[in-house]
Amino acid sequence: MSAPRLAIVREPLSLEPLMADLERQTRHSGEGCGALCSFLGIVRATHQGRRVRHLEYEAYAPLALRAFEIIAAEIAAEWPAAEVALHHRVGRLEIGEASVAIVSAAAHRSEAFQVCRYAIERVKQIAPVWKHEHFEDGEHWVEGALADPGDADARRQARERACA
Amino acid sequence: MRVTVLCFARLREMARRAEWSCEVPPGSTVADVWRALVAACPEAAVMASSVSCAVNAEFAWMSAPVGEGDEVAFLPPVSGGAPRGR
Repeated sequence: MSAPRLAIVREPLSLEPLMADLERQTRHSGEGCGALCSFLGIVRATHQGRRVRHLEYEAYAPLALRAFEIIAAEIAAEWPAAEVALHHRVGRLEIGEASVAIVSAAAHRSEAFQVCRYAIERVKQIAPVWKHEHFEDGEHWVEGALADPGDADARRQARERACA
Repeated sequence: MRVTVLCFARLREMARRAEWSCEVPPGSTVADVWRALVAACPEAAVMASSVSCAVNAEFAWMSAPVGEGDEVAFLPPVSGGAPRGR
């Protein structure tokens, strides 16, 4: 049985099943699948010079899934022949563990790279997932952009980064 | 009417609650619910300029109307994105 394309999970992430599912699902559509591109976001040991002990990710899961659906719809509009799978992990994560897994499938590599990059840029912009960093000498919440999926400038910036 | 307020991340810590049942007058907007939250938890006020919101797990504006039983979520800025206007 296939995993859902879009998911918020508490368990460790794994690219292999996502890649196998996406390849199988796109093998016979359009030109077929000629390229898979994957991205794993990893918990880093340092942040701005401070040593990280572990991270906690918190999500508003129903809205995060809604954000993933919006991102998938944007990708379908921009790259009609490509597909994407997107899983984000929540809860306590240790250094070296994966927080986000993205797989894109397309007929050709250029589209697959673009879609994968676009997906992670948009996740960072709009998905309601918060990162709580625990350091050896304190803790803090990482904050960035407002979660506004309708912000055309942000979307354009994600597209520019994806297609650079 | 009653709405359920959800607070996340740093806002959850400041408001000292993840979920809160709140009474607001009929015809209220998300902004009115936010004001009720700040009245109950003044520490949350510092998030006023950066918080965004959702109603029933759909992205919404502070001007959106709310109805009986709605779930109103207040969202601090999400991690990792570039700040707006940069």
